[in-house]
Amino acid sequence: MTIIQIDQLAKSYRVYQKKEGLGAAMRGLWHREYKDVDAVKNISLRVEPGEFVAFLGPNGAGKTTTLKLLSGVIYPTSGKATVMGFVPWERSLEYRRRFALVMGQKNQLWWDLPAQESFRLHQQIYRIDADSFKKTMDELTSLLTVKELLGRPVRELSLGERMKMELIAALLHRPEVLFLDEPTIGLDVIAQHNIQQFLKFYQLERGITILLTSHYMKDIAALCKRVVVIAQGQIQYDGSLSGIVDSFSGDKIITLQLATGQSDSGLERYGKLEKIAMPRVSFRCPRNEVSKSLAQILNDYQIDDIAVEDPPLEETIAKLFNHVSMDQGDGPTTAMSEATPSGLTRS
Amino acid sequence: MSETAANESFIRDEAINDTEWSRSNFLDGVKTRWMILRIALSERLAYRGDFVLGTLMRFLPIITQIFLWWAIFQSLNPDDPNEARLKGYSFHDMVAYYLLTMVGRAFSSMPGLSSSIALKIRDGELKKFLVQPVDLITFLFWSRVAHKVAYYTIATIPFALVFYLCRSYFTLGWPDAWTMGAFVASLLLSFAMGFYLEACIGLVGFWMLEVSSLLFVYMLFQFFLSGHMFPLDIIPEPFRTVVEVLPIKYLAYFPAAVFLGKVHGTQLLIDLGMLVGWTLFFFIMSQVIYRRGLKRYSGYGG
Repeated sequence: MTIIQIDQLAKSYRVYQKKEGLGAAMRGLWHREYKDVDAVKNISLRVEPGEFVAFLGPNGAGKTTTLKLLSGVIYPTSGKATVMGFVPWERSLEYRRRFALVMGQKNQLWWDLPAQESFRLHQQIYRIDADSFKKTMDELTSLLTVKELLGRPVRELSLGERMKMELIAALLHRPEVLFLDEPTIGLDVIAQHNIQQFLKFYQLERGITILLTSHYMKDIAALCKRVVVIAQGQIQYDGSLSGIVDSFSGDKIITLQLATGQSDSGLERYGKLEKIAMPRVSFRCPRNEVSKSLAQILNDYQIDDIAVEDPPLEETIAKLFNHVSMDQGDGPTTAMSEATPSGLTRS
Repeated sequence: MSETAANESFIRDEAINDTEWSRSNFLDGVKTRWMILRIALSERLAYRGDFVLGTLMRFLPIITQIFLWWAIFQSLNPDDPNEARLKGYSFHDMVAYYLLTMVGRAFSSMPGLSSSIALKIRDGELKKFLVQPVDLITFLFWSRVAHKVAYYTIATIPFALVFYLCRSYFTLGWPDAWTMGAFVASLLLSFAMGFYLEACIGLVGFWMLEVSSLLFVYMLFQFFLSGHMFPLDIIPEPFRTVVEVLPIKYLAYFPAAVFLGKVHGTQLLIDLGMLVGWTLFFFIMSQVIYRRGLKRYSGYGG
């Protein structure tokens, strides 16, 4: 049975068009111009129980809006969605007790109190009985190795430790569906890795359904078999991570390790040279010519080693986003103004 | 899922909700409120130094206020200020009145409430209350009770000291038990009314991102019309009647007037009834504004 079902979901925001200059600001006091910005345009999606799905897209693409819709924080402009059979924006208490939302940039813990105090409040508002509270708490704190930090005020924790506490707070009531909005934002590599490992383990063991948005490719590569690329408020791709490269990149990167004394002259015939650090030479070769080119190269050059790889994922995705914004660049672009690929390659 | 199956599951869920409601909702509700109170209280204690200092500093204006009234009564009767009368108030009565409004305001004032609600709306902390099964207004109410409990724990000693030092100003002595009961009831109700009134102001933040100027205007009116600055019964007509029907008088003037025996008998019952009515009014208003605001928030922002 499908656990999350989204049909033709759309959300547009009305934003005030602020004009430049004092005169315009004064006129704005009486007469305001608004513009509709489509944050999400007719998205349809099915998620099965136990899936770990990543939403990928540039800033302002509609990922967070989609998560907000599914958490019931905002109403859609049109369309339908159900999560576990609930309509999220009806915000029934029953629904609220069965899912959780974690936003990497917002915290839900009490800043000046030890995390365990916040956990106790959660125990009460989620009506968790004492036994399962203790059990879940023991399990989560040992998995995330934060047992000894429970008594320390949250403001004294590092960002990584705080994120772990946020996750515990969100998981105490054993939600069946978890929405994660950039859970590793701002964390160092080790902390990111820890959170990834935890999520991976926990999701496998509990079989819960997770929707995640992230800018970090490593998060997505480590966690999600299924990737949904959203740009311009629409789903551009839905499938495996490696499938993105297959569908959107026509090139392979060939790296040669030349034998001593072998010159690299003439290699540019086979493709665009990417990097030369003798004796290593990398170049980009159209996928359908790889085998032909390699046969010729092996014939003509003295080669010690060869590697054929896909271009970096970030690059492919940046290309994909660029492609999307060029296709629809003349539409209402307010939401897409940040949609430069640079946001992505920063992983 | 077929439509019948969906219907059945819907009915089943309803049934679960019903039994849940009848069985333990009330008890759980009480427990939740107690937990909010407890945690908010320990949060207050995290800042105990600042908090104690802040509480004690609030007693300083008493001295300046007493000197101010002394100067006023001196100008009325330079030879014997103690014999001077201002609309029936002697200097002693005035000081006694002022001290009692201090007590009243300690219940009814809500420092930081409106702005914190507006901030929650603006910075998105509000989402927490939409996603988690806890109501914003209930949460704020019990946090505020915790603030007041913490405040009184610290402030009881200086309050007692001030009243002891100024005992001679209370020329009528202690009121009878019935009046005392009405006084306590008026204090508790003024807390509730003050809370819901300022919550309403904060919730306007759904429409205006910043409520501080609105709050400033309200505070200005409140300062004069609540009786904080001077007893309301010295105001000339027709302003007096206007102030009498406004709810703001219950925040400071009314509890003090009850204690001093200025309101009694049927009038006392009517006023208490009005206070309950206004409390309910602002409670309902806060719920309505919150629902409307959420609709707007969910529709436009988020």
